[in-house]
Amino acid sequence: MRAAVLVFPGSNCDRDLAVAFRNISGIEPIMVWHKETSLPGDIDIVGVPGGFSFGDYLRCGAIAGRSPISKALVDFVGKGGYALGVCNGFQVLTETGLLPGALMRNGGIKFVCKPVELEVSTSDSAFTGGYAKGDRITVPVAHHDGNYNIDADGLAQLQGEDRIAFRYAGEVNGSVDRIAGVLSENRRVLGMMPHPERAVDVVHGGTDGVAMFETLASQVVAA
Amino acid sequence: MKARVHVMLKSGVLDPQGEAIRHALGSLGFGGVDGVRQGKVIELDLAETDADAARARVGEMCEKLLANTVIESYSVEIA
Repeated sequence: MRAAVLVFPGSNCDRDLAVAFRNISGIEPIMVWHKETSLPGDIDIVGVPGGFSFGDYLRCGAIAGRSPISKALVDFVGKGGYALGVCNGFQVLTETGLLPGALMRNGGIKFVCKPVELEVSTSDSAFTGGYAKGDRITVPVAHHDGNYNIDADGLAQLQGEDRIAFRYAGEVNGSVDRIAGVLSENRRVLGMMPHPERAVDVVHGGTDGVAMFETLASQVVAA
Repeated sequence: MKARVHVMLKSGVLDPQGEAIRHALGSLGFGGVDGVRQGKVIELDLAETDADAARARVGEMCEKLLANTVIESYSVEIA
């Protein structure tokens, strides 16, 4: 699996995401600066990392979502490419329109930084195929704006198309339907607020994220 | 020519920051505040001299970047 990881000013989880891709696939990801206008060839998946891209000025992910590389990302996804957006990366994916909805200030106002329990809501994707539907996994969150918002029609569509990847087992940030992560229509783009790349080594305090990267490494290569 | 853009969360979208402000006002003794909505104001200095053209241009800016129309509404004043 050849991964590219986008690098925006202010991203602070780009290397974490790269390490997770590398450790599991054995292939060094290519780091791509936001001013690039194209992605390298032969890329199987693009990682959009967490952090505070452009200082979160205007809105989280708003400016990153209009970076030159983001146009290339939209084209890549349009051709059936895979993308994983984590935390700020999820915000970027909604800002580019690659995923529906928007992330708002947490319902409790406070920054939330702790391991949380997630329920795997579907195993039908290259991201979640390593889990069984209904599995409970523990993955850290660290965000101020993780309150997922979508209108009633959009929510019904996500539910009807089985596109909710993860739900929080308990109340975390006020997200509608406790949504922690959603899939695109073709199930090749996942955006999620929790950080699976921070749960891939015993020193992280948990390894529940490993299955996601392992499944990607096996399924995305075959695709 | 100056433009002022007001960006607000759409009505019906819960505004956690506005709610926090409402609570703080209550604890300071300011009763009778039934709701608070918090938004932002963005001021732009434009080279454009035609008000209608400026308004249209700023509307495009709002749609493309300044507002997230999934959750926010905007209004534009030209002066």
